[in-house]
Amino acid sequence: MVNTCSTLYTKEVMRHFKKPHNYGKIKDADGVGKVGNIVCGDVMHLYIKIKNNIIKEIKFETFGCVAAISTSSVITDLAKGKTIEEALKIEKRDVIKSLGGLPSIKYHCSVLAVDALNEAIYDYFVKSRKLIPKDLKIKHKKIKKDREIIEKRYKKWL
Amino acid sequence: MKKIYLDYAATTPVDSKVLKAMQPYFSKDFGNTMSLHSFGQSAKVALENSRNTVADFINAKPNEIIFTSSATESNNTALKGVALNMPKGGYARHIIISSIEHPCIAETAKWLSRGYKVTKVPVDKYGMVNPKDIEKEIKPETILVSVIHASNEIGTIQNIAEIGRICRKRGVYFHTDASQSFGKVPIDVKKMNIDVLTASSHKIYGPKGAGLLYVREGIKLVPLLHGGGQENGLRGSTVNVPAIVGFAKSVEICKKEMKSESVRLEKLRDKLIKNVLKIEDSHLNGHPQKRLSNNANFWFSFIEGESLIIQLDLKGIAVSTGSACSSFKLEPSHVLLAIGLKPQEAHGSLRVSLGRYTTEKDIDCLIDILPGTVRKIRKISPFKNF
Repeated sequence: MVNTCSTLYTKEVMRHFKKPHNYGKIKDADGVGKVGNIVCGDVMHLYIKIKNNIIKEIKFETFGCVAAISTSSVITDLAKGKTIEEALKIEKRDVIKSLGGLPSIKYHCSVLAVDALNEAIYDYFVKSRKLIPKDLKIKHKKIKKDREIIEKRYKKWL
Repeated sequence: MKKIYLDYAATTPVDSKVLKAMQPYFSKDFGNTMSLHSFGQSAKVALENSRNTVADFINAKPNEIIFTSSATESNNTALKGVALNMPKGGYARHIIISSIEHPCIAETAKWLSRGYKVTKVPVDKYGMVNPKDIEKEIKPETILVSVIHASNEIGTIQNIAEIGRICRKRGVYFHTDASQSFGKVPIDVKKMNIDVLTASSHKIYGPKGAGLLYVREGIKLVPLLHGGGQENGLRGSTVNVPAIVGFAKSVEICKKEMKSESVRLEKLRDKLIKNVLKIEDSHLNGHPQKRLSNNANFWFSFIEGESLIIQLDLKGIAVSTGSACSSFKLEPSHVLLAIGLKPQEAHGSLRVSLGRYTTEKDIDCLIDILPGTVRKIRKISPFKNF
């Protein structure tokens, strides 16, 4: 008999799903990123603590499928201990590569994980009243716009 | 790790008696039923005996049974075959279906809507169709009503006899997809005024690759498969004798065991439902009483279905879900939406379906494991009130 999800998900994805890294909440977080929509079935909250420009602590809470949980878990591994600049360079293909691949129908989960990280960092800049990098401002604007479109589309369910 | 299968609504294992009955028809009595020699005729006898067995089970005549490859093929033939034959002439192009049909009916109706008007009748919060709602929609142009006998997802059993009575009175053909009910709930096509009916072999411990389509005598269909004249010209293709023999054997077994099995499974199902509903923020989908003896469908708040079923699979329990993330279209189950669930609620659905080899120990195991699994998933979710 084949193993769980063997034609859908890699061993690495399943490893993260079985024992997610860094799940939980940071009560006094320096930045919080909230992305996704419960109507769509994917919601990620990402919490970060920054010290000397480095992501010292990072935690996630996710409502979603196997891909959503494992992309959340792996992005905390990718971002932890990195500088803010390094963290902002993390893209969806890094997430997918770290997991050894994802089914194409689940790529949007990797996008969500990257968005959550960007939003958390944006939130940190706003809270600490630091100058927000131009690129991050653009990313935030797009995430905000996408969220508004989805909220409008699913207004009757929310 | 012991594996527990609780997805009998998806498919069933072939019964050992069925496998034994099929055996001779692979290499010994392998003839083509259309051949005139003794190899062919021997296969033809097996085919016709199978037809008699199956017809008798639903009080149909043998010449009213067409064997197909599957319920999907039967459903396609039922809708396209009746519609494209234009039973009331070219002007009459209205079809009525329910909003909780299996995709092979819903998608076929969608395809037919390029030239036919399709009305979808809503269901109540339990998934019940009100026969009066069907009656309201019937017009002179209506040629066919199709309502699934028992839902593959939520288990709700429709009042088929009443819908049949209305259709017969109004001169409209009535089809029912009985894939989940055939072999579990008694069906009498004459008493229930059913004109066309679909059933499936692999849902009742028969092999995959066989289905049936009952078509009341006098009703004409356009075949889906034109060809060599098999099945009275209605389904071209060399007949899959081993699969059909297996199908008939599984029907024979159902005839004997249906009643007692139904009672046994109902007890297990109700024990499961009672205990699962003790989990905080859990709900039952479908009608509490008028449901298949083997079906239990739940939804849990703030749980995503794919995560839930994979966690259970990791623990050896096989079940299914109606969550969007688990479907290829990334849309939640249309059946759950039709009974009034919001998408975020439909995401958290779990379907458990019991069967012939399900023991009380299996149910106890799921009852034991489920609460902790639900708790574990809720723990890593942002909606942490639990």
